[in-house]
Amino acid sequence: MRLTTILLMALLSGCALQASKPDDLYRELGQEQGIKTLVTKLLYNIADDQRIADQFRDSNVERLRDKLVEQICVLSGGPCVYTGDTMAESHAGKNINDMHFNALVEDLIAAMNSQQISVSAQNRLIALLAPMHGDIVYH
Amino acid sequence: MRSVFGKYAANCVAFLLTATIDIVHADSGGRLLATGAATQIEGSAGGGIVPMAVLSGYDTRDEAGGTAFVSRVDTKDYRLDSIGAAWSWRNRVELSAARQELRLDTLAGALGVPDNTIRQNVFGAKVRLYGDVVYTATPQISAGAQYKKNLDFFIPSAAGAKDDSGVDMYLAATKLFLAGFADRNVLLNGVVRWTKSNQESLVGFGGDKRNSREAVFEGSAGLFINRHWLIGTEYRQMPDNLSFARAQDWKDVFVAWFPDKQWSVVAAWVDLGDIATLRNQQGWYVSIQGSF
Ligand code: HEM
Repeated sequence: MRLTTILLMALLSGCALQASKPDDLYRELGQEQGIKTLVTKLLYNIADDQRIADQFRDSNVERLRDKLVEQICVLSGGPCVYTGDTMAESHAGKNINDMHFNALVEDLIAAMNSQQISVSAQNRLIALLAPMHGDIVYH
Repeated sequence: MRSVFGKYAANCVAFLLTATIDIVHADSGGRLLATGAATQIEGSAGGGIVPMAVLSGYDTRDEAGGTAFVSRVDTKDYRLDSIGAAWSWRNRVELSAARQELRLDTLAGALGVPDNTIRQNVFGAKVRLYGDVVYTATPQISAGAQYKKNLDFFIPSAAGAKDDSGVDMYLAATKLFLAGFADRNVLLNGVVRWTKSNQESLVGFGGDKRNSREAVFEGSAGLFINRHWLIGTEYRQMPDNLSFARAQDWKDVFVAWFPDKQWSVVAAWVDLGDIATLRNQQGWYVSIQGSF
């Protein structure tokens, strides 16, 4: 019981002392180069993932990579502009379900782990992507 | 300026507890790790003593899944073993069954009766009404019922319980806040239960003091240190229907480990208060769950 209290206190103090800048996450992801590597690894993981690889069979992988890099750069507070289509437009009619979405999240987590991105940065990026779920699945 | 200590403290704890096993592409369903929760003592998806709005297993809206579990609570004078299974369909409906066996040697000795065991069957159903624990801005909300039948009613009736069977109904709201606290994912869960059960109905339903349903509150709060480890606490209010002995609210602090989508293990320190005049029932809780 006491150990839990101490752990909670440690996390509490960690939270209280933390004041983040808008581009903190961008820097924790390794800025432009880091995000490019991350997205490349994500796309490799997707290609190896039998659950969703088929959905990307006819994709323009180069464009997808560029748009994903832009998107993650903007979301994480980096100096980029997203020039791609909206999430609703680009996923309409693709029959993406919850299982596909979560598979992609797992592939992203695996890519972030292999890039040694901290748990806190991983959580913050996923928190920024999660609200897109409704625009992407079952449309 | 960003504090080095804050980050260090959080990452240090994460590092210490990081499981070496990574996310596996298992067959056990398409939901994210830990979103099937564990199984609480009555067999519903939840923590240790409190149910949650999430459904057992890892099935998405296009799949089916399920779990099986065993658990033990061991306090000074009591031991409760539970075993059961749950099946859920399309992340919509959960059906569960559990058998509980309470050993009460101290109480049996004090009462001078030969029965030292109370067994109980629990059949549960839960329906997800709205939302997704991870992806919607509002919590996932489910309604559930637990039908319970006491198989050894001699001691409960001697204690003043009116019925050996009954139905608890509950409404649960559960939400995972991504990066919600110290950049860690936070799990909050609140339950309102309509019940007249005594000590989770191990001592039957209703009593001389009160024999009607009341709304009691149950809640859980947890912090994911990383994707595999959750620490937290639970609280479960108890009706107080019997004049023979007061019932106190149950609470615990727990650590849950989700090594992969097949297994989970929960260990807790529980405080059940006074039970049937025996004071201060504190002790350990352990549960193991397999998912398919
Ligand atoms: C948070 C989750 C997701 C994000 C942030 C995301 C982001 C994107 C972006 C930025 C694009 C490019 C848009 C453009 O070309 O202008 C795109 C396209 C696409 N996405 Fe997603 N996506 C997500 C989930 C998924 C999932 C789960 C699938 C399927 C399993 C999927 C399949 C596709 C496909 C097939 C394309 C089109 C590629 C092409 O035709 O060239 N996406 N996505």
